Amino acid sequence: MSILVIAEHDNTGLKGATFNTVAAAREIGGDIDLLVAGAGCGSAAEAAAKVDGVARVLVADNPAYEHQLAENTALLIAEIGKNYTHILAPATTTGKNTLPRAAALLDVQSISDIVSVESADTFKRPIYAGNVIATVQSSDAIKVITVRGTAFDPVAAEGGSAALENLDSASDAGLSAFVGEELAKSDRPELTAAKVVISGGRGMQNGENFELLYKVADKLGAAVGASRAAVDAGFVPNDMQVGQTGKIVAPDLYVAVGISGAIQHLAGMKDSKVIVAINKDEEAPIFQVADYGLVADLFEAVPELDTKL
Amino acid sequence: MKILVAVKRVVDYNVKVRPKSDGTDVDIANAKMSINPFCEIAVEEAVRLKEKGVATEIVAVSLGAKQSQEQIRTAMALGADRGILVESDTELQPLAVAKCLQAIVAKESPDLVILGKQSIDGDNNQTGQMLGALTGMAQGTFASEVDVAGAKVKVTREIDGGLQTVELQLPAIVTTDLRLNEPRYASLPNIMKAKKKPLDTTTPAELGVDVAPRVQTLKVEPPAERQAGIKVADVAELVEKLKNEAKVI
Repeated sequence: MSILVIAEHDNTGLKGATFNTVAAAREIGGDIDLLVAGAGCGSAAEAAAKVDGVARVLVADNPAYEHQLAENTALLIAEIGKNYTHILAPATTTGKNTLPRAAALLDVQSISDIVSVESADTFKRPIYAGNVIATVQSSDAIKVITVRGTAFDPVAAEGGSAALENLDSASDAGLSAFVGEELAKSDRPELTAAKVVISGGRGMQNGENFELLYKVADKLGAAVGASRAAVDAGFVPNDMQVGQTGKIVAPDLYVAVGISGAIQHLAGMKDSKVIVAINKDEEAPIFQVADYGLVADLFEAVPELDTKL
Repeated sequence: MKILVAVKRVVDYNVKVRPKSDGTDVDIANAKMSINPFCEIAVEEAVRLKEKGVATEIVAVSLGAKQSQEQIRTAMALGADRGILVESDTELQPLAVAKCLQAIVAKESPDLVILGKQSIDGDNNQTGQMLGALTGMAQGTFASEVDVAGAKVKVTREIDGGLQTVELQLPAIVTTDLRLNEPRYASLPNIMKAKKKPLDTTTPAELGVDVAPRVQTLKVEPPAERQAGIKVADVAELVEKLKNEAKVI
């Protein structure tokens, strides 16, 4: 077995999801190579070499890969991926964008968002917004897979000593160009990696009221999330959305404030260890998954929570 | 320009799906079926491009059982001009769907192909990207804004940290995210008119595509049940429980 893991990085360092994906690769077993494709990505490559359990780090440092545009990166992955039995990437927006494209170039049916490794060709993945878990077996020669980070404990970022190998590849499909990006700035921990997440829904009524959640979040070292209703109403930006179509989180503690608990929201958070719901509607479906439910007006309960922490 | 829109027939998003007790399949025999919400957004975007004078013709395609023509009719009622049904009783996986769509793209030569970012049954999020690879077109996935200008299209994409804008050569593929638009409702006169619009039927075999599944589902099961929780009386009790019982703060 030989496994290629596509590293998620910002050219200067690795993103957390890479460590969870390497953990899934270790469960499959075999030699694990990490691919770092970027531009000026030397320090990300050095970080990759230290990841525990990695045999080799392949570095494709070229302007064509700077923003990891799918058209270019997929060509590279399909080219070097031919020599592997498994190709894994984190199920982040970058992984989901690129990996299916690479899979089709290799004529392979890829497997999305696995939550467990049963054997080298058999995996579990959620379907129907997480209401069903399917066990699937691939008959393709190369298994192309995206990994749900929250389902695998990350490997250590230190302790490895992989060899670096430079690739002189420069696959530029010439089809697309990066124009710009607007990244939301936040001092709080990243939503998908936070130990505690506190989320607000439509019940927050407006964006200013999210300040109540930010205060509690800062006391708990928590990240702040939102339901789709809160995002659609313009209370908060869309990268805060937790759910089937947003981010999937599984923190130690998830506090849902003013969130009814639609199927699509639960799909994004029901693997949290402890769930707390604060809602004034005692019939709200969120109470069916909450370990601790508090039926109360959030505008009284949240400030009180803030003072008691 | 001509726009091709792919639509999928799926279990309605409000239905809570459960596996059959023998674990062979999901129990959806009598469930309400609808057009996949992301596909509805794709149709809406195509119609808006037509209303702006950017698009001249919209072709809606669906693949699957005969009943998928209901979803093509829905797309027509929303503004698509004609439809193509690729009829198949085999379970069509994203690679097979992408290959069938590739054959249709070769015939129809659209300038833009719009798909949803994922279907809410399989939750794969693959078909658009795979079609991009097979046709050699650029892809703008998870689009929250689409701006066609000349021979290019600018797509704002929802990424993990925020938003990213890319510029793609046409012909290109766009997959829709939830915030791209708010789909309209079909009016009764438009539903009636849609019944008269042309709908062609073909099969994967006629398109020369082998749709045999590459991934086999061995078993389906419900997710692990959560233990029933408790209701606490007040904030003080909540904090006490979180500290001493759950030990998470």
